[in-house]
Amino acid sequence: MSTEYEVVIGLEVHAELKTKTKIFCSCPTEFGGEENTHVCPGCLGFPGTLPIMNKKAVEYAVRAGLALNCEIQEYSKFDRKHYFYPDLPTAYQISQFEFPICKAGYVEIAVNGKKKKIRLNRIHLEEDAGKLLHSGNSITSSQYSLADYNRSGMGLIELVSEPDLSSAEEARTYLEKLRAVLEYTGVSDVKMEQGSLRCDANISLRPVGSSKLGTKTEIKNMNSYRSLQRALEYEIERQREVLEEGGTIIQETRGWDEEKGITSSMRSKEEADDYRYFSDPDLPPIVLEPAWVEEIRASLPELPDAKKDRLVMELGLSEYDADIITGSRALADFFDKTVTLFNEPKTVANWVMGEYLRLLNAEGTEVQESKVSPEKMAALLKSQATGKISGKMAKAVFEEMFMTGKDPEKIIKEKGLVQISDTDALGEIVEKVLAANPQSVADYQAGKEKALGFLVGQVMKETKGQANPGVVNGLLKQKLTD
Amino acid sequence: MSSLLGLTAHQLQGLLEKKEISSEDLVKEHLTRIAQSEEQIKAFVTVTGQEALQQARTIDEKRSRGEQPGSLAGIPLALTDNLCTQGIKTTASSRMLRDFRPPYNAAVVEKLQEAGAVSVGKCNLDEFGLGASTENSAFFPTHNPYGEQAVPGGACGGAAAAVAAQEVVFALGSDTGGSLRQPASFCGVIGLKPTYGAVSRYGLIACASSLDQVGCFTRDMTDCALVMNVIYGRDAKDSTSVSFPAGDFTKFLVNDVKGLKIGIPREYLQEVNDPRITAYLQQAAAKLEELGAVCEEVSLPHTAEAASCYNLILAAEVSSNLARYDGVQYGLRVQGEDLVSMYKKSRSQGFGEEVKKQIILGTYVLSSGQYEDYYLQALKVRTLIKEDFAQVLSKYDCLLTPATPTAAFDFGAIKDNLSLLTSLNTLTCPANLAGIPALSLPFGTAAQGSPCGLQLLGRAFGEETLLRVGYALEQNTNLTQPSPAVKGEM
Ligand SMILES: [Zn+2]
Repeated sequence: MSTEYEVVIGLEVHAELKTKTKIFCSCPTEFGGEENTHVCPGCLGFPGTLPIMNKKAVEYAVRAGLALNCEIQEYSKFDRKHYFYPDLPTAYQISQFEFPICKAGYVEIAVNGKKKKIRLNRIHLEEDAGKLLHSGNSITSSQYSLADYNRSGMGLIELVSEPDLSSAEEARTYLEKLRAVLEYTGVSDVKMEQGSLRCDANISLRPVGSSKLGTKTEIKNMNSYRSLQRALEYEIERQREVLEEGGTIIQETRGWDEEKGITSSMRSKEEADDYRYFSDPDLPPIVLEPAWVEEIRASLPELPDAKKDRLVMELGLSEYDADIITGSRALADFFDKTVTLFNEPKTVANWVMGEYLRLLNAEGTEVQESKVSPEKMAALLKSQATGKISGKMAKAVFEEMFMTGKDPEKIIKEKGLVQISDTDALGEIVEKVLAANPQSVADYQAGKEKALGFLVGQVMKETKGQANPGVVNGLLKQKLTD
Repeated sequence: MSSLLGLTAHQLQGLLEKKEISSEDLVKEHLTRIAQSEEQIKAFVTVTGQEALQQARTIDEKRSRGEQPGSLAGIPLALTDNLCTQGIKTTASSRMLRDFRPPYNAAVVEKLQEAGAVSVGKCNLDEFGLGASTENSAFFPTHNPYGEQAVPGGACGGAAAAVAAQEVVFALGSDTGGSLRQPASFCGVIGLKPTYGAVSRYGLIACASSLDQVGCFTRDMTDCALVMNVIYGRDAKDSTSVSFPAGDFTKFLVNDVKGLKIGIPREYLQEVNDPRITAYLQQAAAKLEELGAVCEEVSLPHTAEAASCYNLILAAEVSSNLARYDGVQYGLRVQGEDLVSMYKKSRSQGFGEEVKKQIILGTYVLSSGQYEDYYLQALKVRTLIKEDFAQVLSKYDCLLTPATPTAAFDFGAIKDNLSLLTSLNTLTCPANLAGIPALSLPFGTAAQGSPCGLQLLGRAFGEETLLRVGYALEQNTNLTQPSPAVKGEM
């Protein structure tokens, strides 16, 4: 009989702070500048330069900690983590090893309807390294490598979870939850594709019921939520196979290969660096005023969990809808604002989840970049609600509004898209259609309900789709039974 | 016109203000002296004559327009070559940085420029500040102006020698464990290591960041206070710097030590190898008592552990600070077949023996498994040393000690002489470990007429007392100004 295994996963997540300037110098943090233009002697590690703490970075780390239910540390300090690599100008990374700024937090995730608390061990501040561009595949196989230090010295927080995750799906959900919280609090841009959110995983298997942790591997190079899930699913199966064949797991760092869909060994524990951490003598410790921390707490926005609860409890949305809408702050804010202007939450939710998300995804646009404002959205929904336009027209108007950003009223006018609900005007057309289709009239009167649909269609055709189908339906029935 | 060489900054200022001399003439005269004496002294790595003359002329023009050109306007000085100077080679006396031209000035360099002081060049030191004789310079050793066979001390031996040889009026250097006070003692000039944090370290090429401070070499106490006025103060570019509430330091130059309590730590006296130095110290104490101070023997019980503690902290921080010299961005790059061999070749060829020794030791004491046994122990001892000082200095206004156990030794003498090195460090490094201010003051001559110095240690931010005591000794004895090392008509 084969052993049942239990999966144990912990994530180390790096989020780039959305501060205007780098963590220890005043260079800008904008993404995508020309190589080596956002640099100064400080973030290039020139001799004699010294780090100066960016207070905003401390504030952001505290924000993240508060939003993730952490204990904020009144005293924290910086250490130097040493290793040689050309993207690291001083050959040490300034990080917090011994005394991190936040400890012991948690987030709640829900997988398959089951809620679970995932604990965070710590959140600490550190600086990012630069980027290398290799002429070949890697630094060892390249003729030369180019270094871009624009990213060097950008502020990061590292969020380290406890090994509380027990499936790839939980890991993905946890990461998505962190993403949402960091986005809501404005701490980070959390864009995995741009590298402002990065994730490594520690993963091991153990027989169900065992309290001893199995040997773990560390998985790197997962650049999207999907690759996180795929990599972990692969690694779980790999480890299970090794164990089932009576083998042992080697403690090592493994890289995820997106194309091949496999993880492979990068380096073993024996090759691991000794980082020789020690207190950075150039930076005084961070000592937080409790009053300042409370000020930050008071300034926190409504967080995803609270927002979701409100959407379900007060606005009557389904859990599923609320989950999707609160998945990003921008979308949730769009929803909230629209509801304040057009107070039918379910209708708004249907539109946001349906047409709006469909077009955002199809066009690859972000809510922030979208040309549709809550005001325009609400105006469109009002036109539909008052019967001015039909649901079908509304979709067409929305699509144009999404592409051009024009006001819905203007689009309706330009297209001449006014729904005809006037019974006198429609009555004439109905008479005309009935006169022209005696066979259908006879069919209906003989009990063939289908014929009615055909007749409605004919009226719509006559009115170029502008007739109010409800009104047409009523008129037809009335005339046919007269 | 009689020679201007050997005059102090405040004497020269009087002449400049009255327009009896011009800055240009003053700088020219010092450049001439440098040209004459450098063959013998070798204090400078780089002489910036053109830049200096240009700056002197600008000062003269300002003065002729009636503008206030700054508190040290037109006074020639030298900078130790670990202080960054924009566009001017800053080598730290290392092959690694032989051609390094920083794109920025050290904070103190900026301040001196604002005060109108004119730098005439960059002085030799032990590579990256590691050494006690300038013999570890990658380029050449500097010679003591008081004796060609003698070292000038180190690490900042070049700057001390330049002042002693009258090549400049004053100089700036750094002090990590005595690198400024010990050469000051050997060269017969005043050397001040400020309280940690009192002077910005921005642009000082780091040796050991928690110990380094920028300080000055001057010919008398008044110049010392004048230079302090310029270089002290909080700097936004150094977060370990703090604002210093003292104001104008010259107001502490009062000939009055009445009621001051001065401690003489017995452990320091035990380090002295030359009885004349002990005798000078007793003479100074007697003079201070005569002037109304109280001098008493005190104990700093952890003094014997200071040098070992210092060695470990120094090595650890050096190994970290010097990791950036890897051939990637600046400094020496020796090509290799791959990245690691480029690292190895660049660092092997860029660093000298002493630097490598410190890096290896520092890497070892910080490595996992050794950290607790060495580095952490050193930090604990450092705390004990700080507490020793805190205790004694709560009862005494300052401490009087020898600055060095001997006068300047000969070339080669320090190599493999661990006990001499330990004695040297024991007298000076505790002030760095504790972050307190320390002043080395010439006081008489030891064997063969070589100068030797006393040291004053004060409370953190207690520079005021050091100035008062130093000034009183200067005013009431004839031992603080050794006769010039080099004759004017050399
Ligand atoms: Zn920068």
